[in-house]
Amino acid sequence: MEPERTFSDYLRSFSEGASPLDFMLVYDHLDRFFYGALVTLELTFLALALGGLLAIPMAIARAYKTPFLNPAIWGFTYLFRGTPLLVQLYLIYYGLGQFETVRESFLWDPLLSSPWWCVLIAFVLNSSAYTTEFLRGAIETTPAGEIEAAKACGMSPFTRMRLVVLPSAFRRALPAYSNEVIFTIHGSAIASLVTVQDLLGAGRWLNGRYYLAYEGFVTAMVFYMVIVFIITRIFKLAEKRYLRHLRARDTADPPALVAQP
Amino acid sequence: MNTDTPALVVQDLHKSFGAVEVLKGVNLHANEGDVISMIGSSGSGKSTFLRCINLLEMPNSGSVAVHGEVIKMSPGRHGGAKPTDRHQVERIRSRLAMVFQGFNLWAHMTVLENVVAGPIHVLKQSKAEATERAEEMLHRVGMFERRNYYPAHISGGQQQRAAIARSLAMEPEVMLFDEPTSALDPELVGEVLKVMRSLADEGRTMVVVTHEMAFARDVSSQVIFLHQGLIEEAGDPNEIFENPKSERFRQFLSTTRN
Repeated sequence: MEPERTFSDYLRSFSEGASPLDFMLVYDHLDRFFYGALVTLELTFLALALGGLLAIPMAIARAYKTPFLNPAIWGFTYLFRGTPLLVQLYLIYYGLGQFETVRESFLWDPLLSSPWWCVLIAFVLNSSAYTTEFLRGAIETTPAGEIEAAKACGMSPFTRMRLVVLPSAFRRALPAYSNEVIFTIHGSAIASLVTVQDLLGAGRWLNGRYYLAYEGFVTAMVFYMVIVFIITRIFKLAEKRYLRHLRARDTADPPALVAQP
Repeated sequence: MNTDTPALVVQDLHKSFGAVEVLKGVNLHANEGDVISMIGSSGSGKSTFLRCINLLEMPNSGSVAVHGEVIKMSPGRHGGAKPTDRHQVERIRSRLAMVFQGFNLWAHMTVLENVVAGPIHVLKQSKAEATERAEEMLHRVGMFERRNYYPAHISGGQQQRAAIARSLAMEPEVMLFDEPTSALDPELVGEVLKVMRSLADEGRTMVVVTHEMAFARDVSSQVIFLHQGLIEEAGDPNEIFENPKSERFRQFLSTTRN
């Protein structure tokens, strides 16, 4: 009786035979890629969440031209959008450590001495700069009439912001935000340059260890693609849900011809 | 509510945009239940006047009093005025509902959400209470069946009726209408005017800026004709439409009758 062949037997014979890639090697180190994907996702979502939280007040201050804050935030976003993320990361990771005072401060031990934290700080600042600017645009394009209607029924500035301006602006910003999410995922590959074992870090490790570039980088690429695909789907669903007031109404529900009181 | 004090008194209202003086001292006196129509050619200042009442535009001088409560204003930086107390302005605005030419429904909310927003977040009603009232108001304007639609999915006339329901839900002491039918296709004007007539019939105090002469004539208790920022002629609609005293009002009537 022929012994039952397992999946890894198939993979091994395929990899040793016709395949241009050594799938067996990838299969053996798949845990590294999954762990790397987790690090990538963790960095991306923390950067987006914290960056987004910072961006909301900054975008409001920019949109309403708050004295002093507006030019300061403009300078911040100009700096972080005008320079490469890699340079920002190098300055934080390699640059800050040069200073004695930084190394001796309370920020050094848990934060700035750790590559993971340096990456997160760079990503948060970078992402908040981009998010601030497109959110500002979305806030500024809130229809003036809707704001007047909110004023006319006696809403306070805070209530107007919470009920009318921000919900309207977030919806307008949603398609642009999906780009920001995807760019942040792609940009997060930079983390591997300062030794963080993210998704690309796993690919780099494989390449360094076995000198097999395709195996490591193609695998990382496939992982990135799957992640981006899933996120794109999520945004499609979110747009369907939150932008339904902009879509033509479903034809399944035709309008009544007359609706007189 | 004390019915002896007039619902709305505006005195000597002045408003300039830059060097252009749009309102040159306009008065208005509305008792409880009055329907005042403000007519005049475009640029006469009637919309600006209405927007000065609830301080969507800041008047340069003059006073506004709602049931005797005067809106406190203090001198501003550029020779104009500014509200002294933001909270007082918000409170007074919640007592004066406004219906806009462009409807101005909140696009990301359904009709029902539009109507309950003010009662819940300004009048601090409970959600259940606000929803019950809102549904009542939507029935009133014939929009109950459309309560879960978004504004972009209904016609202009329906949007304006929803906007009127939104105003009614605030239980306003005075309703301000800023050319409520001017943005509507002619065949949709009727449904909105019908709702407005019924509001007048139930004794609501209304100030209506309008181009609808028939409405001004049939429904209002007083008609004010504005010309270049001043009241040119005012009075009982039957009287002044039959017997216009000023030359300009006569001209205005002859152009609108065609």
